[in-house]
Amino acid sequence: MRQQSKKAARTLSALVKSPSGVRGLDAITGGGLPRGRPTLVCGGSGCGKTLFGMEFLVRGILEYGEPGVFMCFEERERDLAENVASLGFNLPRLIAGKKLIVDQVKIERAEIAETGEYSLDGLFIRLGAAIEAVGAKRVVLDTIETLFGALNNQGILRAELRRLFEWLKDKGVTTIVTGERGDGTLTRQGLEEYVSDCVILLDQRVTDQIATRRLRIVKYRGSVHGTNEYPFLIDQHGFTVLPITNISLNYKVSTEIISTGIPKLDAMFVGGGYFRGGTLLLSGSSGTGKTSVSAHFADAACRRGERCIFFAFEESPDQILRNMRSIGLDLSRWVSAGLLRFAASRPTSAGLETHLSGMLQAIDDFKPHVVIIDPLSSFQSAGSELDVKAMLMRVIDLFKSRGITTMCTSLTRGGQAEESVSGVSSLMDSWIVLRNVEQGGERTRALFIIKSRGKKHSNQARELLMTDKGIDLIDVFVGPEGTILTGSARVTQQQADKLAAVGLQHDVRRKKAHLLHRRKAIEAQIAQLQAELAAEVGEMGMEIEEEEATASGRTAVRAALAAERERAGRRNIAAAVNGGRQ
Amino acid sequence: MTTAVKARAKPRSAPAKRTMEWDLRLYVAGQSPQSLAAFSNLKALCEAHVSGRYRIEIVDLLKTPQLSREDQIVAVPTVVRKLPPPMKKVIGNLSNAEKALVGLQLRPAARRPKE
Repeated sequence: MRQQSKKAARTLSALVKSPSGVRGLDAITGGGLPRGRPTLVCGGSGCGKTLFGMEFLVRGILEYGEPGVFMCFEERERDLAENVASLGFNLPRLIAGKKLIVDQVKIERAEIAETGEYSLDGLFIRLGAAIEAVGAKRVVLDTIETLFGALNNQGILRAELRRLFEWLKDKGVTTIVTGERGDGTLTRQGLEEYVSDCVILLDQRVTDQIATRRLRIVKYRGSVHGTNEYPFLIDQHGFTVLPITNISLNYKVSTEIISTGIPKLDAMFVGGGYFRGGTLLLSGSSGTGKTSVSAHFADAACRRGERCIFFAFEESPDQILRNMRSIGLDLSRWVSAGLLRFAASRPTSAGLETHLSGMLQAIDDFKPHVVIIDPLSSFQSAGSELDVKAMLMRVIDLFKSRGITTMCTSLTRGGQAEESVSGVSSLMDSWIVLRNVEQGGERTRALFIIKSRGKKHSNQARELLMTDKGIDLIDVFVGPEGTILTGSARVTQQQADKLAAVGLQHDVRRKKAHLLHRRKAIEAQIAQLQAELAAEVGEMGMEIEEEEATASGRTAVRAALAAERERAGRRNIAAAVNGGRQ
Repeated sequence: MTTAVKARAKPRSAPAKRTMEWDLRLYVAGQSPQSLAAFSNLKALCEAHVSGRYRIEIVDLLKTPQLSREDQIVAVPTVVRKLPPPMKKVIGNLSNAEKALVGLQLRPAARRPKE
């Protein structure tokens, strides 16, 4: 221990890593395999050890410019080249280009007798010559344990292997040593004793008739690494490890609002649509319109000029196109415009990882803005619940990290609408439930928004109608007992409401007429009274005038008499004083 | 011993002038004690059993490393019986004469079952 730490202190610099080139592995190991040191890759037969090694070498040559030597103890050179050709590796070309040496070590117990001491210098020289010939930085020994079967003297063999690994370290080549998994041990011959820097375990398990390959880093001295079991797959693109948690939940989110393709569904979300980059779960029992709603989603995306991938796991693309035409959605034009792509396959056709890889591939190729998975729940038949959830988590993480808006449908069993597949609802941002409502001898469809992260939404149910012009949502009627009325019941209720409204209108009109009539009658009375009043006023006026005239006449006479009398008096005085009259 | 090796060692490409009944090739890596022991042991065996009818060719892999691949050599020292057929391989310094004899089947008539 102390010696080791001293050694570590001497080197001081952190562990240098060689990118393995195995997709996904470098994310788990934090950069690759320990540079200049041997790494043990162990596992049962057929779990992909040889391929792992080959991928390491070929990627090293093609991507990192590091030539390699492949020393195989089991397979023949030509077989090996043929086997990996199916994965897209062209070994003969690399060999001709002096980038790769494949050396097959043939060693047969039957041909060899042992007597006395020996060393494996032959192997050292052989390997050294190969390394020198291409300037190799990477070496794979596959499977060196075969020597244990061919040679008797275990003491020599072990000592020589120890020396071999030290020698490889001195050479500074990054080495992969493969080993067959033993009973209860990592390798049959305890190679892990010699190769202690990094040990990777490959495993293939069959659960419910579906095989899943898994990779685990048992140890990685001097480096942090993912400790989980990670599924990996081998397909036409080689070896891919799928880390579940390489995305650390730090993706950017968008506040841009996009339409779901159903205006009234948009209206149920405050803001008039859905967040770009969000994930929508659409659950419901069969026949509730999940595919149709998704098709609207796809249609809306294509209308915006965005690309959309429709992963169909239950229907063929043609069937979807035909069915959607019946509700007035012509998706085929988007297909021919190159905006919509269907990727249809049976969930049971392959393991989850293969599906995931296929989806990854499709997304890398097409770079869609919107992805639809219809239905998510069909994966349940392709793996255990835990596996499905892990895979979905990876899928959703992936989509989110790329800002892809996702709509997934999920088939639920009748009567359990809120029970979503594999607890996946907690991974989704929003959840729309479609439900069959059975009432009055008919089935209708209702739509609810159960949750919507970061967005206010309507809490009320809507009735989902499939029309010739697509899906329409209508406000449902709430019946007298608080039940939702849909379909005919709704129509009946609407009719009743309409009738009631008409009755009310009649009432009002009648009352208005009555009022008018009354008003007219009263106004007539008023007019009559006014006429009478006027007549009366006229008559009285004349009388008054007459009386006034009489009165004034009398006064005038009286005044005239007085004046006459005055005049007579004055005349007498004037005559006396000679004054003037006025 | 060194002189003996050199005297008998022939370039591999040159065809042997006369084919010996026993054509043996010894692969070594430099003149390590193991190599030297193997050579002397082999020579002693041959003298004892197939005297005058054998030829030993020495191949030093340090000088011709490519031969390790071409002739499928892993361990050194290795003795390959090229003639008579079938080809036999014996690895080790041949310290156990009995085993070496069995391995190389130097006794022409001997048809013992292998260990």
